[in-house]
Amino acid sequence: MILVLIETEDGQVAEVSLESLTFARGLSAAGGGVPIDVVAVGALPDAARAQLSSYAVRDVYLADDDSFTAYSGGAWASAVQAAQAKTSAVVVMAAGTNRGCEVLAHVAARAGVAMAANVIGFQGLAPFVVERQVVGGQVIEEMVLDERPAVFTVAGHAVEASPAAAPGAAAMQALAVSLSPADLATRAVRTVPREGGEGSGLKSARVVVGAGRGAGGPDGFGPCLELAELLGGSLGVSRVVTSLGWRPHHEQVGQTGTRISPELYIPCGISGAIQHWAGCSSSKVIVAVNTDAEAPMVTKATYAVIGDMHEVVPAINERLKSR
Amino acid sequence: MVNVLVCIKRVPDSSGEVLLTDDAQSVDGRHVGFTISDHENCAVEQAIQLATATGGEATVATLGPAEAAEQLRGALALGCTAATHVVADSTGFGPADVARELAAVVRAHEAEGRSHDLILLGNDAADSGDFQVGIRLSYLLDRPVVTGIGTIEADGSAISATCDGPTGQEVYELPLPAVVTMLEGGVEPRYPTVSGRMKAKKIVIEEREPSAAPAGAKRIKLKVPPPVPSQVQVLGEGSSAADAVVDLFVSLGVTR
Ligand SMILES: Cc1cc2nc3c(=O)[nH]c(=O)nc-3n(C[C@H](O)[C@H](O)[C@H](O)COP(=O)(O)OP(=O)(O)OC[C@H]3O[C@@H](n4cnc5c(N)ncnc54)[C@H](O)[C@@H]3O)c2cc1C
Ligand SMILES: Nc1ncnc2c1ncn2[C@@H]1O[C@H](COP(=O)(O)O)[C@@H](O)[C@H]1O
Repeated sequence: MILVLIETEDGQVAEVSLESLTFARGLSAAGGGVPIDVVAVGALPDAARAQLSSYAVRDVYLADDDSFTAYSGGAWASAVQAAQAKTSAVVVMAAGTNRGCEVLAHVAARAGVAMAANVIGFQGLAPFVVERQVVGGQVIEEMVLDERPAVFTVAGHAVEASPAAAPGAAAMQALAVSLSPADLATRAVRTVPREGGEGSGLKSARVVVGAGRGAGGPDGFGPCLELAELLGGSLGVSRVVTSLGWRPHHEQVGQTGTRISPELYIPCGISGAIQHWAGCSSSKVIVAVNTDAEAPMVTKATYAVIGDMHEVVPAINERLKSR
Repeated sequence: MVNVLVCIKRVPDSSGEVLLTDDAQSVDGRHVGFTISDHENCAVEQAIQLATATGGEATVATLGPAEAAEQLRGALALGCTAATHVVADSTGFGPADVARELAAVVRAHEAEGRSHDLILLGNDAADSGDFQVGIRLSYLLDRPVVTGIGTIEADGSAISATCDGPTGQEVYELPLPAVVTMLEGGVEPRYPTVSGRMKAKKIVIEEREPSAAPAGAKRIKLKVPPPVPSQVQVLGEGSSAADAVVDLFVSLGVTR
């Protein structure tokens, strides 16, 4: 039995959770068709349920009473534990989001077993050996998960989400979870919604202009935004940019951001770390702008311009406007 | 008054090329130097700010080889006022082992009358990236934990901690004592001053032995994926490449 914790986004199953379900299917097949069950917290719209069915999910355990309205890692972990007890799952997994890693670390700590973060594949079932990203993705670790349940998270965009050949029942099972005072004590007391919101169209954009640390500061994005506008595209940024608060998180491309697949991606001042690459590698053509000819983004790109983005991008914009 | 313990890990600098040790068990940092993660730099900064604002103490702790004293001195130079070093080769310590050793430090200090009201860690270590030591530590000490935090404010015997959630800024309020793991970006780490470095030199680092033999990290081995051969076509250098870029855009059919 494999249990997958899923997350939802805009009424759909999050893409990274669909990737985890795809990973789970590979594991299930290797184990001779082990059933895959899902645990979810909060409301689960019909559209999301239909998705779960197309990913061959057997049962969906849903914890949606009021105590789950505000997020708490401990409370979600209690939901996962309750579902694990019901399904006798020997594998408990989730997508490698902040939440996925947090919740499963709680589950693993409570169960007294190991947790592997950011798994990208597995080598065998007996012993169960997984491969995971370490050292910022530059190194792969082979790790053995010899306890049960085996607990791990799947690195974002390490596998491509693809529905199963035959659908599953995705039968809804209400999950009663008794939460401890400790679970409830760490609930978020309030959320200040982000302005601008999601849906900048990044995911489906035909052209994406990327900007990274090379932008230099919150005021360094003007030329890239203009280029995006001139090409009818969207701006995408690296995690350094969102961590430093230069641009909002919904613009982030990568393993812990959006996965893009445009006709053309123009990353400017982005080094091309493996986690960024995970989100942009399915771009058809990449034109990198970077001062460093050895930057991974340059060596992996289709085309490159070596130079300062603060000179190169305005020059491109001028040339486009004078056509 | 909030006394803070901040936990840091000495890791090889991985900004350049990464080499492995011969036994493929760890990254070889001998030629690239060592550092701590950006998350931990922010945790150190947050610890110093909170201790300073409330008149408490900021203590830094690590489990690592003798050389990890360098990273402890670094945090002392910034404004931490005490340091504890569990001297051991961290390669053989899995996240559960590290959490147990950090818990042992906290308990030993408590027995000496030194309490750590707030324990700060990085969300994930720069080398092993396990995403869990803080959470495991919270269970061992029976304290609440929140993760991925950018900024913390102290208010008497409670803190409020803010993080970047999926739909907006999430705020958590926790009673002390508590454990918090930090992500970079919420606070701006300071630079050491000359007088800070001088002060740090005089502080005696408390050295301890591990409280138990480690169970290990379940690591079989590390490997570096082979580089993909580059096929890039360089269109030019600097602004003079603009014409070639726009010609390419036209041929791709992306201009309007
Ligand atoms: C678990 C995990 C998840 C992660 N998820 C993501 C993710 O989803 N997305 C993501 O992007 N990152 C992610 N990261 C972070 C990632 O490892 C890198 O740190 C990040 O992508 C680097 O951002 P950057 O390229 O902007 O900055 P840097 O790596 O600092 O690179 C800056 C680049 O800009 C160039 N440059 C500097 N100045 C100029 C200039 N004036 N003109 C042109 N070029 C210039 C430099 O040569 C360099 O190549 C993740 C990391 C971890 C550990
Ligand atoms: N050897 C160590 N010594 C002190 N703190 C550590 C050590 N290993 C991990 N930590 C702390 O735990 C955090 C998370 O580590 P990890 O769970 O291994 O990704 C790190 O950012 C550190 O703050």
